[in-house]
This record gives sequence, structure tokens and C-alpha cells, in this order.
Amino acid sequence: MFETHLSETCDQIFILLQHWLVSFLPASWQSAASVLLSVAAIICLFAALFALTTVFERKGLARMQNRIGPNRVGPFGLFQPIADGIKSLTKEDIVPSSADAVVHFLAPVLLVVTVFMGFAVLPMGRNMVLVDLDAGLLFYFAMGASTELAVFMAGWSSRNKYSLLGAMRAVAQMISYEVPLLLSSVAVVMITGSLSLTKIVEAQNQYTWGLPHWYIFTPWGFAGFVMYAIATTAETNRSPFDLPEGESELVAGYHTEYSGFKFALFFLGEYVAMFSISGLGTTLFLGGWSAPCSFLTWIPSWIWFFSKLMLSIFVFIWMRGTLPRLRQDQLMNFAWKFVLPMCLVNLLAAGLWRFMGDGWLRWVVCSTILIAAYAGMGFAEMRRQRLGPRSYRYAE
Amino acid sequence: MLGEGILKGMAVTAKNFFLSFVSAERLTTIQYPEQRIAPFEAARVFPFLVFDGADWESGMRCVACQICEKECPPKCIFIEKSTDKKPDFVGKPQFYPARFDIDISVCMSCQICVEVCPFEAIKMDTEFELSTDDRFGGLLLDRKQLAKSNDYYHEIHPTEASAVDARLAAEKVKADAKAKAAVSAATAKTAAIAGEGA
Repeated sequence: MFETHLSETCDQIFILLQHWLVSFLPASWQSAASVLLSVAAIICLFAALFALTTVFERKGLARMQNRIGPNRVGPFGLFQPIADGIKSLTKEDIVPSSADAVVHFLAPVLLVVTVFMGFAVLPMGRNMVLVDLDAGLLFYFAMGASTELAVFMAGWSSRNKYSLLGAMRAVAQMISYEVPLLLSSVAVVMITGSLSLTKIVEAQNQYTWGLPHWYIFTPWGFAGFVMYAIATTAETNRSPFDLPEGESELVAGYHTEYSGFKFALFFLGEYVAMFSISGLGTTLFLGGWSAPCSFLTWIPSWIWFFSKLMLSIFVFIWMRGTLPRLRQDQLMNFAWKFVLPMCLVNLLAAGLWRFMGDGWLRWVVCSTILIAAYAGMGFAEMRRQRLGPRSYRYAE
Repeated sequence: MLGEGILKGMAVTAKNFFLSFVSAERLTTIQYPEQRIAPFEAARVFPFLVFDGADWESGMRCVACQICEKECPPKCIFIEKSTDKKPDFVGKPQFYPARFDIDISVCMSCQICVEVCPFEAIKMDTEFELSTDDRFGGLLLDRKQLAKSNDYYHEIHPTEASAVDARLAAEKVKADAKAKAAVSAATAKTAAIAGEGA
């Protein structure tokens, strides 16, 4: 009895802390104060996580290339983000003389604001959601889509060809991949019957024989998750889809003309977008804050959420350490000719799954449809592109 | 199968990631200021001036012919010719540089000065830790800073320095033989004149 009480307290510790802190204020201020407190907590937490991730990313990438990585500032180089922060704060903030100064200033601010807005609807633990909107998913995607505006503002206002090209690429890429991102999430909405993210997590927080009902463990969920992962990588401009800031051809893409802390804000925005979209992926497919086994439910829910989130971040870093950058035409072909059709097939599979009832038949049917679509499309695509040893016409 | 290559690549990086913690041999980098790798013999960074013997000023091989100054593509060498002459290694009186400066902030390490020098006087150094907090004066090296002994040259580029030494020795032998021949010819001439006179 005591143990369950303890684990319950640990699970709800942040909620209890918030209630305790708010209880010092007069009753009329309490609701506003509790919202402000949550907002401050989210901003501080994800900014800190960003700082940690930058150093872990650099160290992880280094290890993938058989290097050691940053190890000079503090123990094992863990204070590297502090040095980076001081550096970016003390750097001169240069605005090009022909730039649109107001828009140039607003772009990083808008990016960070919209990126942080997404966290408002993400359930980070049991009862740990800032606003439990009925259409939370819709709100999230609306906020996610407006980051494109910030990117385009940055590229347009800089009045630099590299910035503009980077922004054009970013907008083309983000809009192309927004479609599969939404379509892969729609399957979840079809099965759950709700746009509320808390309801989606609750639907997955059930266990059969000790195993969770996460959507990734269903054929349509797995396919949807893969498509979602591809779309998020493109959406957050991460390698191998980092064309908008391809250093080899565009200097730094849309943030070429940014220096000092504005550049750091772009960097922050990019990483926080990665956290938030990983958090959404966790919520949609990986069961959100629910434990992976029924006997592990005593571990606080927020630990599960953040472990899954960091695992997704690790996969992002892992992909960055492995894959080379795509070409623009490959990127677009991949989005429209492979990911989008797969998402549509996945919608069919999700529909069948929903209406075929329980039993083994729906597993067979859905898996067959998806595997056949994947293999067929992959085969056609690879044959069309005539992949094989490269032949050089001039250089030999 | 589509995606097979991606999975293979991911396996490679995952292997690197985990095994680099286990086996130190996998690590390709060294921790630079503490650990160093032995400098390569063929390494070249910035030029220096070679001198023979113990005294840098009297042993300097440079004769201020200014070929390097004229050939230097970024024009980083400044030479002022002396007014008097001093004997070089074969004993021939030669000019020497009263001033020889190299601006290493301009130098692009192309080694053209070394290629064009007919006196084996300028060679490439392997020293690369030349950073300074004075970016104007500190990077303009004068002849005293540039002068390094032939022993040092042997130390950093042993093969090349031995070849240079052999060439110079052969030249000296030739010059000596020539001088001897000249001397004997002169004595023969005087003897002949003396004989004629007698």
C-alpha cells in the first residue's frame, strides 16, 4: 500500500509541486500562476535539454566516426554548451545593411515561439499536459506548419542569395513532407477516434499479457511510424534531409546572415522542434508516457516519456552520422513517389484494421498489403533508377 | 530490397559507436597538445634560413641575390642587400642580407623560394606552432628568427639535408681544385716569367 502510494507521488511529483507552489498565492491568481509556472518549466526544461543534446550529439557523432569528440570544457567536455553559449552571446550581432531589419529580427523569435507552442498540447506524463485540447493534434500541426513561415522570413529578409535559396528549399521540403506527416498521423486518429493527444495515449496505455497496446506494434502503426519518422526528419531539416542548410552548396542556408544570439536562437529552434516532433511521435506511436511492460508501471510516467524522447533523438543523431545528404530531385521524388503513396496505402490498412474486428485475419491482411506495397514500390523505383555500380563518362 | 543499404550503414555506425568505447585502437585521432605524432619528413610549413657553423650571422648561406623575393607569389619576403661583402663557404666574397624578413601571415607555404634558391640557403621548416598575440609585428620574422643551423636542417629533413651537403661539398671540391689549378697556373706563369727573365 505504501509502495503504491510512493510511486503515485513520484508519478505526480511535478503536479503536486505546482499545486503546492500555487497554494501560496491568492485564489484569484492561482490558475494564471499555474499556467505560467508550467510554461516556465517547459521552456527551461527544453532549453536545458537542448544544451545537453548539442554536446551529446557532438560526442555521439564523434564516436560514430571513431573520434572522441569535445572533451576539454569541464569533465568529459560536459560544460561545452556553456562555452558555446558565452561565445554566441558575446559575438557581434550583424544585420546586413540591405536586409529588412524588422523581419530579420522577428524570424528567429517567431521560430522559437511557434516551436515551443507545440509543447502546450503534448502529454509529458500522466496529467502532465499544459492544455488538454480536444483538437490537440490539429493545434500541434498548425503550430508546426508556421515554423515554415519563420524560415522563409529569415531567408527573404536577409537579402542574400544563399539565404533565399535555402529558404526556398526549406519551404519546398517542409510543405512536401507535411503531407506524409499528416497522413501518417491520420491513421492514428482513425483508430483512436480522437484528435486529443491525451486520449491517444490512454488508448495505448493498456496491456495484454504484459505487453502494451502501442500503435507501433501493429502493421499499420509500424508502417505509419516509419513514414512519420521519415517525414519528421525532413520537417526538422535533419540529415539526410538537411538541404536547406547544406553547407557544401549554400554556406548555411536560410540562416547564413545570422550571427551571435540570433543564430543561437535558430539552432535552439531546430533542436526544440526535434524534441517536440519526437515527443509527438512518441505520443502517437510509442504509447506516450505509458510503460513498455505492465510490471514496469511503477516507474513514473514522465521518465518513460523522456526516455522515449531521448531514444528518438539518439536515432536522429545516428541517422545524421550515417546517411549522406540527398539531392533536391531525390528528396522530392522520395516524398511524392514513395512516402506519400505508402501513407495512402497505410490509411487503407488502418481502415481495414478498424473494421475487421479482433482476430488474426486483420494482422495477415494488413501486413500483406503493406509489405506488398513496400516491396512493389521499392522494386519499381529501384529498377527505374537503374541502381548499380556508377559509370563515369568523362573521368576515368 | 529498398532500404537495405540504409540498414547496413546504420549497422556500421552503430558498431563504430559502441566499439570505440571498448577498443582504443579504433580511435583515429590523438589528443593534440598532450599527445603528438612525430613530424613527417616531407612536412613543410614556413621557410627558414640555413647557416653553417656556430654563428648564425657569419655562417648564413644567403647571399642576398633576391631571387626568392622576386619569385615569391604573395610577396612576403623583404630583403635588403648589404654594402660590404663576406666570404661564403668556398671563400668567395659575397653580399649578405642586411635585412631578411618573411611575413608569415602572408606566406602561403608554396616552397617556391626553396626551389629557386641557387645557394641552398632557404629551406622549409616543420615548426607550425607560431601563433602570437601580436598579429602585425609578431608574424613578421626577421633574419635572426629565421636563421636555423644546418644541424637543425639535418634533424628535420635528414635525407634532403644530406643530399644538399653532398652537393655543396662537391661544389667546394670543384672550387678548390679550380683555385688550386689557378694557383699552380699562376706559379707556373711566374716561374716561366722568372725563367724568361733569367
